[in-house]
Amino acid sequence: MREPARPKNAAGSRTSRFRNSSILPGFWPAFSYTILYLSLIVLIPLSAVFLKSVSSSPEHFWKTISSPQVVASYRLSFGASLVAGLVSVAIGFLVAWVLVRYEFPGKALADALVDLPFALPTAVAGIALTSLYTENGWLGRYLVPLGIKVAFTPLGVVVALTFIGLPFVVRSVQPVLADADQELEEAASSLGASRWQIFSRVIFPLVRPALLTGFALAFARALGEYGSVIFISGNLPMRTEITPVLIVTKLEQYDYAGATAIAVVMLVTSFLLLLGINAVQRRTRKYMEPV
Amino acid sequence: MKLKSLSIPVLAATALAAAGPVKLLNVSYDPTRELYQDINAAFAKQWKAKTGVVVEIDQSHDGSGKQARAVIDGLQADVVTLGLAYDIDVISEKAGLLAKNWQTRLPNNSAPYTSTVVFLVRKGNPKHIKDWDDLVKPGVAVITPNPKSSGGARWSYLAAWGYALKHNNNDQNKAREFVTKLYKNVPVLDSGARGSTTTFAQRGIGDVLLSWENEAYLALNELGKDKVEVVTPSISILAEPPVSVVDKIAAKHGTTEVAKAYLEFLYSEQGQEIAARNYYRPRLASVAAKHAAQFPKLGLFTIDELFGGWQKAQKKHFDDGGVFDKIYTPGA
Repeated sequence: MREPARPKNAAGSRTSRFRNSSILPGFWPAFSYTILYLSLIVLIPLSAVFLKSVSSSPEHFWKTISSPQVVASYRLSFGASLVAGLVSVAIGFLVAWVLVRYEFPGKALADALVDLPFALPTAVAGIALTSLYTENGWLGRYLVPLGIKVAFTPLGVVVALTFIGLPFVVRSVQPVLADADQELEEAASSLGASRWQIFSRVIFPLVRPALLTGFALAFARALGEYGSVIFISGNLPMRTEITPVLIVTKLEQYDYAGATAIAVVMLVTSFLLLLGINAVQRRTRKYMEPV
Repeated sequence: MKLKSLSIPVLAATALAAAGPVKLLNVSYDPTRELYQDINAAFAKQWKAKTGVVVEIDQSHDGSGKQARAVIDGLQADVVTLGLAYDIDVISEKAGLLAKNWQTRLPNNSAPYTSTVVFLVRKGNPKHIKDWDDLVKPGVAVITPNPKSSGGARWSYLAAWGYALKHNNNDQNKAREFVTKLYKNVPVLDSGARGSTTTFAQRGIGDVLLSWENEAYLALNELGKDKVEVVTPSISILAEPPVSVVDKIAAKHGTTEVAKAYLEFLYSEQGQEIAARNYYRPRLASVAAKHAAQFPKLGLFTIDELFGGWQKAQKKHFDDGGVFDKIYTPGA
């Protein structure tokens, strides 16, 4: 937001705050619209949440956000989202790689399948995953005897969140991989680099920003996910209750201030985390620029 | 020429709107969907015959607490027919939309029909579940929603508590132990009654579902007698789902009179008959006698008897930091 019109020459723009170096005219209308849009759609609703949360006493606020049940839910929500984000990055990278670098029958179909979690109502995904993994489900009946319980455990939450997060990573990484010049890899190979070196020194740095973007999106989406998780988690207090469920429970009890207090904690924490991820990303991008 | 021919239907439409049907919005809770479909049709017919006015009744259904919140937040309900008195109390308290003494305005605590909490078990009752005692046995998985978000679940929780009180000389600690043990057997807490029914019926999870009696019979009809059975425990709670006109909203819409008549219709012989056919226990003795075979006899206690009313029960058991929360807090 600090650099509204993204300058072509990043080094030059640091000196002044509003420099319009785009070749297209209309900086002010575009900038004003950006601010207006952000205010109406993002900032005003969110500040309403903040205002509501301070409508109660600071003690109530603190008591709400620090009660053992709520703290346990932060652990699950942030922990599971983090794990799901990381799993999505690993598997998503693999999927993107296969979709970009290999030819196989049914590739177009597989490519389209990736987007399906975007379109599917999350409740449907949650119900489907739950019936798959319960004791008498198609997968559950083989997993449970092995001691692997997925439905109604934190693992189930991770599974649901990974399902939701995977397309974000695939779709962020795929175009970058497709654009990556294979000649770079050939050059590295001709200079004697091992396969591991080619991956870690050539390919990985290329896709790192995209992976980070994918991770940030998958993680953020996972944090806010409600529909699919409530079915597979079992919602047991202290054990498998995610934070959004607690917010809804507070609302059911007419405790609007309490609900918004928890929402504020989630918002602030998510915002800080995303800000951090973006900062890392900016660094990697800058590092890429001279190429 | 053209303008004239256009204006005629427009005028006709305006005239129609003026003498158009009276609209009524009934905001209700989840399992009453089928009941009020029947009631609305019957009442509309009766009202038309009596006053010549066409009345159109819209229904809205969701969890009881959620519905109360929607009304507080501005849903234009002329009448509310909710799962428990506490939810209507809250509308009165938080939004001031109806008089504080609303529950005394109609007979029988403003609850024209009653229900209770029964068990739905799998065909053949493989775990031999007969009474509340059987629910706390190890290896029995009990399905019930979260009482913090579901009205029906609050009735179930209090029914279990009441059973334990009656079997332990009113020892509150023993009752608490019993209920704690029961909830240790609950693998999933859905947010509402319909969610739990789905978990039990469609997803095949759990050995027993604690359910509204009417919901249990609906599920029995839907799933078939070859899949599930209804077990009526020895004693349970008398659930009284109350109804009320929402004074301020009805006054604003000019529907107070018809809204009152609508609720009184629920107490009439015809209304009671419809309730009974939808598995709600009727209040009217004549109708109750007719349907006696349908409703097994069991000991019923009221919330006022054992818990001193909803306000007290809510505060002690379901508010934040209450007994229910402590069940799940380690060391408490």
